Amino acid sequence: MDLLIQDVPTLVFVVVAVPAVLAIYIVGTEYLVRLLPDKQRPRVRPWFWVGPALLFVTAFLVLPALGTVVTSLQDHDGNFIGLVNYQRQLGDFPTGGAWIAIRNNVYWLILYTLFVLFFGLILAVLFDRVRYESIVKSFIFLPMAISSVALAVIWGFMYSYQPADAPQTGTLNFIVVNVFHQAPKTWLSDPTVNNFALIAAAIWGITGFAMVILSAALKGIPGELLEAARVDGAGELTIFRRVIFPLMMPTVVVVGTTLVIFALKAFDVVYVMTAGNFQTDVLANRMYKLLYQSDNPGGASAVAIILLIAVVPVLIFNLRQFRAVEARR
Amino acid sequence: MASVTYDHVVKRYTADVTVVKDFNVEIKDKEFMVLVGPSGCGKSTALRMLAGLEQISEGRILIGDRMVNNVAAKDRDIAMVFQSYALYPHMSVYDNMAFPLQMQHMKKSEIDTRVRNASRILGLDNFLKRKPRALSGGQRQRVALGRAIVRSPKVFLLDEPLSNLDAKLRGQTRVELQKLHRDLQTTFIYVTHDQVEAMTMGDRIAIMNAGILQQVGTPGEIYDHPANLFVAGFIGTPTMNFVPASVSDSTAKASGFEVELPKSLPSGKGTLGFRPEAVTDRVAEGSPQFEMKVDVVERLGSDQFLYGQVGGDQVTARVDPRMAVAPGDRVKLGLDTRSMHFFDAESEQALL
Ligand SMILES: Nc1ncnc2c1ncn2[C@@H]1O[C@H](COP(=O)(O)OP(=O)(O)OP(=O)(O)O)[C@@H](O)[C@H]1O
Ligand SMILES: [Mg+2]
Repeated sequence: MDLLIQDVPTLVFVVVAVPAVLAIYIVGTEYLVRLLPDKQRPRVRPWFWVGPALLFVTAFLVLPALGTVVTSLQDHDGNFIGLVNYQRQLGDFPTGGAWIAIRNNVYWLILYTLFVLFFGLILAVLFDRVRYESIVKSFIFLPMAISSVALAVIWGFMYSYQPADAPQTGTLNFIVVNVFHQAPKTWLSDPTVNNFALIAAAIWGITGFAMVILSAALKGIPGELLEAARVDGAGELTIFRRVIFPLMMPTVVVVGTTLVIFALKAFDVVYVMTAGNFQTDVLANRMYKLLYQSDNPGGASAVAIILLIAVVPVLIFNLRQFRAVEARR
Repeated sequence: MASVTYDHVVKRYTADVTVVKDFNVEIKDKEFMVLVGPSGCGKSTALRMLAGLEQISEGRILIGDRMVNNVAAKDRDIAMVFQSYALYPHMSVYDNMAFPLQMQHMKKSEIDTRVRNASRILGLDNFLKRKPRALSGGQRQRVALGRAIVRSPKVFLLDEPLSNLDAKLRGQTRVELQKLHRDLQTTFIYVTHDQVEAMTMGDRIAIMNAGILQQVGTPGEIYDHPANLFVAGFIGTPTMNFVPASVSDSTAKASGFEVELPKSLPSGKGTLGFRPEAVTDRVAEGSPQFEMKVDVVERLGSDQFLYGQVGGDQVTARVDPRMAVAPGDRVKLGLDTRSMHFFDAESEQALL
């Protein structure tokens, strides 16, 4: 009860004051705009509308990013040390510093992106003409609703390992032992497979998302086009290759670049399942460890900037492509 | 080049939704057949079954001598022009037309010759590099035609290809299509709901209503000898006059006049039909005459149509355009008895 009473002023503030401030802002700026001569108004008005958004982006994105750049050039005590932090992260090619993490991010980038696109596309096409389409698709979409931590825990069970003479509790090892009669594998600590095991778990989690978006694009292709292609003598595979896929291409690119960004930001699955041990580290996890476990803000910031630089080209490409899709409608 | 036969074809979507019922028609090789009927009567469905885009519920469809019920659309060697054109939006005009040829694994040089030939015929030379998006409706329509004619298919299907064009362009394209048919020497099946298109373009016309084939014949036959009340009312503008009448022997008696029919019919009630051009101001000796109270006068320059009452019945007359008439006038008109129709009251079939 106490809590509730304490919260009342906050509640009043949120319900009354926030809309009031918004209203005052809108009315006030519109009043100011009206004071201007007719010709100026269209040029000035948009700035008042994007103003708040710009303010928020500056305060919460641009300034911290600049702060990170500064931190990455400092030592623990805030002294300027030039590029030493970057040197420490990138100096020892191929296995020292951040290189394992960079290599793994490249794995993620390629495998995660391609497999998700591939499965998403296949599922979207295959289920497009199925009778219980919406139910089936809901099922495949379901992993999206699971928090990635829970997802990692579930897959942790799938991959769990018991010594060869003990009963296998992990699904995968159960199959390996009982169906293929092989020795159980340490899926998460064996460096030859563990990265792929992590990536597979993440793929399972996101494929539904790709499928839903691709399937929307597929539905947007008029049925008459496919009929025309059939009458023109094209088989179903040719139709997919020559008509369906090219028409879905813009969407595939947008989904693909989004996935690339997801892959570069990969963290949760790795953090929960291996904490980046056994050569499964990725940049985001390394950044986290440097900051919170090694108390090395300079190193963490340097990793963050490396990640940022990797994401920027993809981001720009994505925005361009998005505009191209919009323009095509 | 092939004939097409519909043999007792039925299309059923569900047990109680039958959209094409016992459809029988033989379309000859190189014929221009028009399939006409009101919206929703099943014309497109009949065409799509032939193209292989719709399953056939019952009966058989033959192209030439070959039954195609279970042949996939891509193997039927049919070209189709869709109402919405269905051009591939991501391909240039050239590639749109080349696509069906590439599907036949034709040599590049041969494809090029054919596409350029078709684009010359259709006046598309200057647009070959453009995407369909950058074309006008009429140009797109021609690309759709081009994509069909490059292949020299066995049968050419057109589903209301002119319905998106303005009146002038539609008139032009109508003529071009007929010319194309003469040049290509291929079987054409043309679907429309426009009876003017049907009358002007078809070698023969098949009229459908509510999924049932009503009559097949040349435009002349259908105009002069409609098989039933529906066909008589569907073909011809303004529509045929229908007045209730009763017959005894060879005399038909309507509320405002009496006519002598060329042959005697079983006595009974029915509908007397005669076209507006049978009602004229040129009153011939011995033919029936009546007085019409004019409601509306429609002057078209070459023609003048009067809409009015005779006895208790609504009648349309086509009179000399120079005749001075105003709404409300009473005019004396004569009936040309050479082309009278009489339809049975119950079956609505033509008895005369
Ligand atoms: N999938 C379907 N299920 C049930 N009925 C359908 C289906 N598709 C079409 N129909 C019905 O079949 C009938 C014939 O359709 P069709 O498209 O052949 O008409 P149409 O003669 O081509 O008409 P229009 O001139 O308007 O194109 C229509 O009444 C339509 O409602
Ligand atoms: Mg139709």
